Amino acid sequence: MSFEQFLNMGGYGWYVWPSYALTALVLLINCLSPMLQRKQLLRQLALKQKRGQR
Amino acid sequence: MSWIPTPISRFFHRTSSPPHFYALANRWLPWLTALFLLLLGAGLYGGLYLAPADYQQGDSYRIIYVHVPAAWMSLFIYVLMAVMGAIALVWRMKLAEVMLISSAPIGAGFTFIALVTGSLWGKPMWGTWWVWDARLTSELILLFLYLGVISLYGAIEDKKAAAKAVSILALVGVVNIPIIHYSVEWWNTLHQGPTVTKIDKPSIHVSMLVPLLLMALAFKVYYLIAVLQAAKLELVRREASSQWVKNLLETKL
Repeated sequence: MSFEQFLNMGGYGWYVWPSYALTALVLLINCLSPMLQRKQLLRQLALKQKRGQR
Repeated sequence: MSWIPTPISRFFHRTSSPPHFYALANRWLPWLTALFLLLLGAGLYGGLYLAPADYQQGDSYRIIYVHVPAAWMSLFIYVLMAVMGAIALVWRMKLAEVMLISSAPIGAGFTFIALVTGSLWGKPMWGTWWVWDARLTSELILLFLYLGVISLYGAIEDKKAAAKAVSILALVGVVNIPIIHYSVEWWNTLHQGPTVTKIDKPSIHVSMLVPLLLMALAFKVYYLIAVLQAAKLELVRREASSQWVKNLLETKL
């Protein structure tokens, strides 16, 4: 099977691949977003604590 | 809780203390991530490459490897949320509240995936993106339940009251779960009947079934990873002024 054939998915490529892409996108967002938000929150809290100590 | 043996209740008490749970999550996350990538790799290789095309649906059926595990997770996570809600209401366990609210966006994500990939599968097979049949409609209601939990929690300022309201909503909404599950049997729908969860014999060949089960396991492990990440954020948010978060800040600096 060639790579083009694999991408073509027997003519259903335009239905199969967007399904997988959307799944990957949603799963990535739901995992990365809380990680980034926590980093930001910890940075803010650390800044506040530093100011409080002075 | 005198009917629970002391070592067990002590274990729960210790594990559910926020700093202990936070440290535990950090220890587990690398292993869970490795396990997830392994299962995902094997599932995708089996589903997209090794498994043969379907004799009726051609290669379009390969959407099953994301569609069905996502739909299973959408139900599974909601039931977990209802259980957490019951625990939060009965025992006022803070960690149960945190796990409930942390699960909601992940469940909403899986429900959204199930709906959209179902639509992308329905177009070439049924000739339509959407029909108001029982399975699709009840799954759409599930999405609204998840969004309801998220927005209700966000709308109430006092997080204790918010957690209580959300627990009740999660419990009430759980009646929708059996409706979704049995909708393809109770009503004559366009959505096909179950292929895997039939008691006598699943009507799917083993070369197609194994990748499906691998993907389902991968999604379960993904849920653990995502819920631990969300719970870590929620714990820091709620306990920002506590001593353990202050200690955390010092080790980070």
